[in-house]
Amino acid sequence: MKPILDVQNLTMRFGGLTALDNLDLDVNEGEIVALIGPNGAGKTTFFNCITGIYKPTGGDILVHGSRKESVRLNGLKPNQVTEKGLARTFQNIRLFPNMTVLENVMMGRHCRTRSGILGAVFRGQATVREEQKVVEDSYEILKKINLARYVDELAMNLPYGAQRRLEIARAMATEPFLLLLDEPAAGMNPQETADLDELIVWIRDTEKISILLIEHDMKLVMSLSDRIFVMDYGKKIAQGTPEEIRCNPVVIKAYLGEEMDA
Amino acid sequence: MVSLEEIKKSLLTCIWFMFLTFPIMVIRVNTVQKVIEWRWINMLLVGVAGFILSFFWRNLFREKGKTGTEKQSPAKTDNISIFQKIREDRKRFLPVVALFGCFMIAFPLVFSLYQTNIMTTALIYVMLGLGLNIVVGLAGLLDLGYVAFYAVGAYSYALLNHHFGIGFWTALPLSGLLSALFGILLGYPVLRLRGDYLAIVTLGFGEIIRLILENWNEFSFGPSGIANIPRPGFFGMEMSLKGHTIYLYYLMILLVLFTIFVVNRLQNSRIGRAWIALREDEIACQAMGIDKARTKLTAFALGATWAGMGGVVFAAKTTFINPASFTIWESIIILCIVVLGGMGSIIGVISGAMILILLPEYLRAFSEYRMLIFGIVLVVMMIFRPGGIIPDIRRVYKYKGKETRMI
Repeated sequence: MKPILDVQNLTMRFGGLTALDNLDLDVNEGEIVALIGPNGAGKTTFFNCITGIYKPTGGDILVHGSRKESVRLNGLKPNQVTEKGLARTFQNIRLFPNMTVLENVMMGRHCRTRSGILGAVFRGQATVREEQKVVEDSYEILKKINLARYVDELAMNLPYGAQRRLEIARAMATEPFLLLLDEPAAGMNPQETADLDELIVWIRDTEKISILLIEHDMKLVMSLSDRIFVMDYGKKIAQGTPEEIRCNPVVIKAYLGEEMDA
Repeated sequence: MVSLEEIKKSLLTCIWFMFLTFPIMVIRVNTVQKVIEWRWINMLLVGVAGFILSFFWRNLFREKGKTGTEKQSPAKTDNISIFQKIREDRKRFLPVVALFGCFMIAFPLVFSLYQTNIMTTALIYVMLGLGLNIVVGLAGLLDLGYVAFYAVGAYSYALLNHHFGIGFWTALPLSGLLSALFGILLGYPVLRLRGDYLAIVTLGFGEIIRLILENWNEFSFGPSGIANIPRPGFFGMEMSLKGHTIYLYYLMILLVLFTIFVVNRLQNSRIGRAWIALREDEIACQAMGIDKARTKLTAFALGATWAGMGGVVFAAKTTFINPASFTIWESIIILCIVVLGGMGSIIGVISGAMILILLPEYLRAFSEYRMLIFGIVLVVMMIFRPGGIIPDIRRVYKYKGKETRMI
């Protein structure tokens, strides 16, 4: 079976700094893969390269989506990447604060709808129907993610945990086959983290969306992931199942430092 | 109760003002007798006025502070103004609109030709304001060179008419299109710019267009401008000057209604949502699959279209145009209309245009102080009503089961 996301020798340089150094990573269908590493290891840079915010200096990013075709994502714009079926959330929440929860999710439907300027001005049958469908679909997603009770609230007035979930809901509205979550549990309390754990598994099992996540909460990472990739200083230092990673000496060294010999 | 602290502060303020105004208020050089007049009495007046005003000013701030804390509550319902109340209540909204409509329709029949002319100008600015509102208010792209598109519209009508004898009605859509093209032309290089940088580039663009018109004599007849631009015809009917003025007035009313209709529809559509999202967060917007380049360009193009059509009406109204009508000052006025009226709010922009264009006309007695008053009003507005006269209360999508509609 082909991996749905296949990253080969990905390299990203900012001037003299090599933020990503020949990184390989793959995600198979139906997998939850975690990317971990100390702060500044280049995890978010990796996400930004995949989603088109940065243009990688070298390497290949290949996706094999639902249509069985392989696409190379290098150099595509963020919106084109989203259209290909990869959706992401952000480390520091990036909602549209002055739009309602429903509207936020409706924005996610944007790339799957077509009505243009003329449609907007004449507001014909097709446009009205499409708008109605967008509202209904968005509400359905909110119901699934358990945010329906906030539907008419402004996004900025939501509690923190709900804002994180809304970001996921918005990403799901773009109909992705791979969801990239950048520290989804950051700043959450234990209850919210447990809910998130449940939500991610549910997304994978019910919605059939594979997941690649960056996370620092080791408890969450170990319980969720099928496989884990570990990065440090832009390099991949380990990969494997949670058990393998847990007792990998290189990983422990990267996280805790080395004992000095006297 | 006035505390010692406040008196101290006010004293400082008034001394500062006395110092600042000293050169212009106190010293006067009499060039005939070659003496310097020292008008100390003025200094005293400034001091007293500064002292009293500073108390008043502080009081205003205290009031604002009181309501300010309430404003932070999540639901923005406690600070709705009377206008918003009217807007939200359909029963009250419709009569107000009807009344205003009747007033506008009866206007040229009741008032003099001079008044009608002024009102037509104001209506042109309403249209310009609504156009700029798309770019600044909805898409959040600060455009300081909007007048360039106004100039493109006016000149394309004037030149097309001069060279090819194209009439008003053909020129109107043509100029709109041409301006849209210029909008894209400007929009393309500034796609990656935001905020201050964008403002500076658009400012430059506005000046470039004006300088071209001023200096390219063979093309635009330079500073002497183009005269004898025909007024719009009405099925070849002969009209007196009065008839023309009134006709243009009603024409402008129709055009403004058309603008409101289109802008309103655009605002509440898939594209309008994309504009607002772009204003809110550009990166998230792209991550949601919205083509940033395309969305920005449509905003520029659609905003410019209205400026172009406004330019055609302007050229037809004055029958003479030259580059002096399209200075940076016009851009600033249009921007002020949008900001003062309320960014993103259609009714706000209309009232902003009416106030900013009509008031100076009727307050000609104070014309010397126009800029001063203008500046003070803007500063005070930004402090006490940052959202504008009638702030935007966006129609939001609310979910109501299967019956969901926009309300």
